[in-house]
Amino acid sequence: MSIQTFLDIALALLVIGVAVWTIVARDLFVAVVAYAVYGLFLALVWIRMYAPDVALTEAAVGGGVTGVLLVAAGKRLDMSAIDIDRQKPSTTLAILAAGCSILFAGVLMIVILSLPAPAPTLAPQAAAAASGPGAGLGNPITAVLMSYRSFDTMLEKVVLILAVVGVWSVGADQAWGAAPAPFGPDRPYDALVFLAKALAPVGAIIGFHIFWTGADAPGGAFQGGALLAAMWMVALMARLIELPRIDARWLRLALVAGPAVFLAVGIAGAMLAGSFFAYPSAFAKPLILSIEAFMVLSIAVALTMLVAGPPYRKGAP
Amino acid sequence: MTPAVLAALVGAALVGLGLYGLIVHPHPLRKLLAFNLVGSGAFLVFGMVARRGAAAGLAFDPVPQAMVITGIVVAFAASALAVALVLRLFATSGRVDLDPRVWTRPDDDSSTS
Amino acid sequence: MIDGAETTQGGDLLVLAVLLPVAGIIFSFVLGGRYAERVSICLAPLGLVLACAVAAAVAHAGKPLAYAIGGLPPPLGIALRADGISATMLVAVAIIVSAAFLYARAKFDTPERIKETRSALTFWILLQAVWAGLTIIVLGGDLFSLYVALEVMTFAAVPLVCIDGRPETLVAALRYLLFALVGSICYLLGVALFYGSYGTLDIALLAQKAGPNLVVWVAASLMTAGLLAKTALFPLHLWLPPAHANAPAAASAVLSGLVVKGSFFLTLRIWFFILPTLPAVGPSTVLGLLGSAAILVGSALALRQPRLKLLIAYSTVAQIGYLFLVFPLATGAHVWSTIGWSAGVMQVLAHAFAKAAMFFSAGLLAESLGHDQIGRLKGAARALPLTFVTLGLGGLSLMGLPPSGGFSAKWLMLRASVASGQWIWSAPVLVGGLLAAGYVYRILTPALGDGEITLKSPPQRGREVIALALVLIALALGFMPPGFFDFIEIGRPLAAGRPA
Repeated sequence: MSIQTFLDIALALLVIGVAVWTIVARDLFVAVVAYAVYGLFLALVWIRMYAPDVALTEAAVGGGVTGVLLVAAGKRLDMSAIDIDRQKPSTTLAILAAGCSILFAGVLMIVILSLPAPAPTLAPQAAAAASGPGAGLGNPITAVLMSYRSFDTMLEKVVLILAVVGVWSVGADQAWGAAPAPFGPDRPYDALVFLAKALAPVGAIIGFHIFWTGADAPGGAFQGGALLAAMWMVALMARLIELPRIDARWLRLALVAGPAVFLAVGIAGAMLAGSFFAYPSAFAKPLILSIEAFMVLSIAVALTMLVAGPPYRKGAP
Repeated sequence: MTPAVLAALVGAALVGLGLYGLIVHPHPLRKLLAFNLVGSGAFLVFGMVARRGAAAGLAFDPVPQAMVITGIVVAFAASALAVALVLRLFATSGRVDLDPRVWTRPDDDSSTS
Repeated sequence: MIDGAETTQGGDLLVLAVLLPVAGIIFSFVLGGRYAERVSICLAPLGLVLACAVAAAVAHAGKPLAYAIGGLPPPLGIALRADGISATMLVAVAIIVSAAFLYARAKFDTPERIKETRSALTFWILLQAVWAGLTIIVLGGDLFSLYVALEVMTFAAVPLVCIDGRPETLVAALRYLLFALVGSICYLLGVALFYGSYGTLDIALLAQKAGPNLVVWVAASLMTAGLLAKTALFPLHLWLPPAHANAPAAASAVLSGLVVKGSFFLTLRIWFFILPTLPAVGPSTVLGLLGSAAILVGSALALRQPRLKLLIAYSTVAQIGYLFLVFPLATGAHVWSTIGWSAGVMQVLAHAFAKAAMFFSAGLLAESLGHDQIGRLKGAARALPLTFVTLGLGGLSLMGLPPSGGFSAKWLMLRASVASGQWIWSAPVLVGGLLAAGYVYRILTPALGDGEITLKSPPQRGREVIALALVLIALALGFMPPGFFDFIEIGRPLAAGRPA
C-alpha cells in the first residue's frame, strides 16, 4: 500500500470521524464547530479529486460562510431556554433510523461500485468546444458555468434572490425597510477591529483576484464572491461599516445586477449571436468576464445579506 | 480503488450518517446540519463521476464539477432560509420544536384568508 | 421521439416563456413596493398569450418544440422542450397564476402612504417565482436544470406558507422546507448516478441510452422518492395539510393546485419519457398502491377536520393519490395506456382548477365570517351564495360527478383499469369518490340548512367571480374534444401507434 493510499484512507476516516462528531455532539455549538472543521477537511478531499474549483467553493461557502451562519444562529438562540436539544431520541427511533441509514448508504455504495467503466464523460466535448462556444476560456468549469450551461447559472442567481426575499420576509412587519441586526457587539474588541482593518482589504484583493483568474485557472465568480462576502462580514463584525437598509436602492440593484446582466446579455444573444444565451464569438471572453464581474457583486452581497438575516428594528416583535 | 471511488464511498457513508441525524435529532438546526452532511455526501458522488471522466487532456469532467459548485451555493441558500425561519420561530414563540402536536391547540380557531 | 439536437420552429417562444417571469422577479425586486404588484399584473396576460402561442405551435407542428440554449445542443448544452403535456400545463399554470394575482390584489396591495410592505413585496415576488419555476419544470429538458427549477419552487413556496408570521405557520414552513430539501438531495443523487452511467442529463438522449440495469433502477427510485416527498404522496404527506391550510388563500390555491403538480410532472418525465421501455410493473404497482392509500387516508382524514381549509388540504392529499394511479394504468405500450395517460393529465388539470377555486372560496369565506370552522357554518350559504356555489361545483369535480373534469378523469381511470384487466384500481377510485362526497356534503349540508349568519364584511364580487371562473373551467374540462386527448399524447414515447 503506497503512501498515497494510506493518506487517502486516513483522510477518508478523518472526514467520516468529524462528520460522526457533528451528529453525536451533545451541544449545538460543538456540532456547528465540528461541521466547520468537516468543511475544511472536505476541501482537502476535493483537492485530492483534482477539483480545486470545488475545493475553493466548499471551503469558502460550504465550510466558511455556512459556518458563520450557523454559529451566529446558535448564539442568537438562547441555549439555556431550549430543552429540546437535551432530549435524547427514543431508542426505537434511533435503531430504526440507524437501520434506514445503513441500508441507504449500503445500496448507494453498491451502486457506486457498479457504475460502468470506462466512465462516460463530456470532457472531450468540453475540450473541443473550448475554442468555440467556450470563448477560449482556460478554465473548463468557467466555460461550463458561463457558456455551455449558463442557463443553470442564471437560474441559480434567481434562487439566491429568492432566498434573500425569503429571509427578509420573516422579519417583523414594523421592521420592514430597516437594516438587519448588526453582526457584532456595539463595542467590539480592539483585536477584532485590528484584524478587520488588516485582513479585510487583503482578503478583498485576494477575492477579486480569485474571480479574475478564474477565467483560465481555478477560481471564478462564486469563489471570489464568497471571499468578498467573508471580508465584508469581517468588517461588519468589527463595526467598521454598518449593514445597509434593505430598501436601499443600491442594495437592490447590487443584488439583481448579476442575473439582470446575465438576462440582458442572454436576450441580446438572440439578436447578435443567433441564439438566446449565445455569445458573439468576437468578444465572447470579455463579455463573459463582464457578466462575471456583476455576478461577483451580486453573490457577495447576497451571501452577506443571507447571513445577516431579516430586517430588525428595536422594539418590533 | 481510486481516490475518487473512495471519496464517493465516503460520500455514501456521509449520506447515511446525515440521514440518521435528520431523523433522530429533534432540534431543527441539528437537522439542518445533518442535511448539509447529506448534501456534501451527494456532491462527493458527483465528484467521483467528474474525476472518472478525465479525458481529452483534462484531469476531470468539468460538467459535474460545475453542478457541484451550483449545488453548494443552493445548499447554502437553503441553510440561510432555514436558519431565518428557526430564529424567527424562536423569537416569536420561545420554542423551536417542530413536532406538530406541540403546536396544535385544542380549539383551533385560527383562520386566515 | 424527437431528436435532441435541433432547435425547431417556434422554439424561441419557450425561452421567452421562461424569461418572462424571471424578468418579472428582477423588476419587482428592484422597483419594489407597489410596482411589484403592477409588474405581476402586467406580465400575467403576456404569460397567458405566450402559453397559448406555445400550445398552438405544438398543435400545428404535431410534434414537440425544442430549443438548444446558446445554440449548443445537448449533451454539452441544455435544451428546452415543449410537448403536448408541457403546453397544456403551461396554459393551466398561466391561467391559475393570473387568477391568483387578481384574487390577491385585495389582500396584498400596498396602502397609499406606504412605500413598501413586507407581505406585499414578498407575495408578488414569490408568486412570480412559483410561476417561473413551474414554467421551467414543464419546459426543461435537462435533469440538472430541473433540479434548479425544483429549488426555485421550494424557495418560492416555503416563505409563502409562513407569510403571515404566526408561529404555527413557521413550523409548517420549516417542516415543508426540510421535506423538500431531503427530496431535492435524493433527486440529485439520482442525477449523479444517471450522469455517471450515461454521460448526459438530457431527457431525450437518456431515453435513447438508458436500459434496465441496477444503477438506473436505483437512480430512478431515488429521484422518484425525492419527488414523492415534494408531491406529498402518502406516507410523505405529513407536511402538506398544515402548510397549505395556514398559508393565505391565494398562496394555498397555487400551492395545492400547481406546486405539488410540478414535482409530479417530473415523476412523469422520468418514468414515461426517460424510461418508458423499462419493465416497470413493480414500481408502477408500488406507486399505485401508495396512491390508493393516499386516497383513502386523505379522504378519511378530511372527513374529520373541523376547519374548512384543513379539510381542503387533506382533500389535496387524497386527490394527489389519484394522480399516481396513472402509473399502473398507463405504463407500457398497451392499447389502454392512452386512456390511462389521458386520465392522469385530466386529473392534474381538473384538480388544479377545482382546488384553486375552492381555496379562493375558503379564503373569501374566512374573511367574511372571521373564521373557517365548519361547525359554525349553519345557514352560511344564504349569506354567501356565490362562494358556496363555487365550493359546491368544486366538490362536484372532486367527487367525480358529471359534468366535470374530475368525472372525466375518474371515468377514464375506470375504463383503463377495466381495459387493462387491473380491476383492483377501480376500488380506490370508487371508494375515493364516495369519501369525497362525504366531506363535500360535510361542508354543504350545514351551510344550506337554516341559520342566521352575520357577515363581518361582505365578500368582493370580483374575487368571487374569479373563483367561480376557475371552477367553471374545471367543469368545462369535462367536455374536452377528442383532439385534446390526441394533443396531450404529442411527444410521449410509446404513445399508441407511435414508434418509441
